[in-house]
Amino acid sequence: MKLRLDQIKKTLGNRLVLDGISLDVSQGEMICLIGASGSGKSTLLRCINLLEPLDDGAIWLDGHDIATPGLDPQPVRQKIGIVFQSYNLFPHMTALENVLLAPRRITKKSRADLMPHVGELFERFGLSQHMDQYPDQLSGGQQQRVAIVRALAMKPEIMLFDEITSALDPELVGEVLEVLKALKREGMTMILATHEMTFARDVGNRVCFLDRGRILEQGPPEQVFNTPKEPRTRDFLARVLNRG
Amino acid sequence: MTTPSSGLTRRQEYERRQRRRSLVIAGSSTALIILAIVLLVPLAPGWERVQNSFFNAEVFAKSFPKLLSAFLVDVAIFAWSAPLIAILGLAIALARDVRNPVLYPLRLFGMVYTDVFRGVPVVLVVYLIGFGIPGLGLPRPWNSPYIWGTVALVLTYSAYVAEIFRSGIESVHASQRSAALSLGLSSSDSMRFVVLPQAIRRVIPAQMNMLIALQKDVALLSFIGPVEIFRQAGVFKSLLANFTPYVVAALIFLVITVPTTRLADHLISKQNRARS
Repeated sequence: MKLRLDQIKKTLGNRLVLDGISLDVSQGEMICLIGASGSGKSTLLRCINLLEPLDDGAIWLDGHDIATPGLDPQPVRQKIGIVFQSYNLFPHMTALENVLLAPRRITKKSRADLMPHVGELFERFGLSQHMDQYPDQLSGGQQQRVAIVRALAMKPEIMLFDEITSALDPELVGEVLEVLKALKREGMTMILATHEMTFARDVGNRVCFLDRGRILEQGPPEQVFNTPKEPRTRDFLARVLNRG
Repeated sequence: MTTPSSGLTRRQEYERRQRRRSLVIAGSSTALIILAIVLLVPLAPGWERVQNSFFNAEVFAKSFPKLLSAFLVDVAIFAWSAPLIAILGLAIALARDVRNPVLYPLRLFGMVYTDVFRGVPVVLVVYLIGFGIPGLGLPRPWNSPYIWGTVALVLTYSAYVAEIFRSGIESVHASQRSAALSLGLSSSDSMRFVVLPQAIRRVIPAQMNMLIALQKDVALLSFIGPVEIFRQAGVFKSLLANFTPYVVAALIFLVITVPTTRLADHLISKQNRARS
């Protein structure tokens, strides 16, 4: 088991956002979290990356509970990358500077030492000619791919994706989803919150339906999409699938 | 659709006519007002006296060179206090943001500091520090009011500048900090490389305004000794029994402050355009 979530609870304000989430994630697995806005998908991902402290429960990564209160979150975050819906690139840095910042500060390696790996990442995701551009000179799809490269540059063991295509124009969604497919082929362990149902069905290993801070139903995509057991899952799927 | 012979669209033709019209109106109304002032003000009963004591060409010529060199004192005080203010202001702003309990005294200091120095009139701080500290009987050159007056300005302005930096830091969206932290950067690195550079860029126009205010407040040091332009003008006033030196001093200030004000306004509007 790569990652195990054990009864995670989280309140924001006085709203219970995560109400006892448990989930086992194997090495190389792609988990797709689906569910309505406010069902807790984003908060769950932010908790796994330790951007939000848990109220209760544990997160086991390679046998260590990374959610132990008071633990230094920095080494954990280096192992778990996250990409956000709104890209969150640093606007005052070029694409390359965005990507190099964390590896340079954390590994203390020189730019020359890092360039082979980083250059290859840019190359692989078709961004080589955009290295020296600033985020506002890039399209949404390019920005999001740079954000993915930035997270990958830290050589994480797990990647979290928080609705990374939701802010994109429809014609740009494809190029970002291609990146996810490539990562899956390479065996990256991934958890993504997504509204791309077709993608979840075709590419995901497992789909979890979140509802009011709980995993109401989970299983292989064909099972969850074709024969959902819970009425609330059926309702949700009927609403999102009929739309497009 | 036919295009007019001038090569302009109908819309452009119309806008050009409108522009010409407003130019003519603005020009003639301004000319009218200036004419009225020039003709009417000299009709006032005391005009001759005022003209003689405020706009005296002879006094102007006599006092100008010395006032200009006295202004260099203002420039010098300004030039070495501005960088100190920037550094101290930034340090205070950052001190108010520390979360480590060990450093709590620093945070408390930052809070008290900004409250105290923003709460007391600049001229009072100048008096208290400029007269008080040399009064301790320090050896030369440490008893110079020139030094302690400048220290007073630095302390006061740092408090305001710190608040502006802090508002800049707070204006950077939390998601930027999240993104930096999520990569495994420490919180001080996130501040230094991600938040601060953006914050500083955003507050440059506001800090320019502080710079302009500082240029003028240097004249407050005249109260405690250094012979800068305002004090020099006072000397001339007593000597020549004429107020023209003050007008000269005001003009010299304007030569410096108007361009800086314009630059600040330009930066602000550029930033507003970039945001919208």
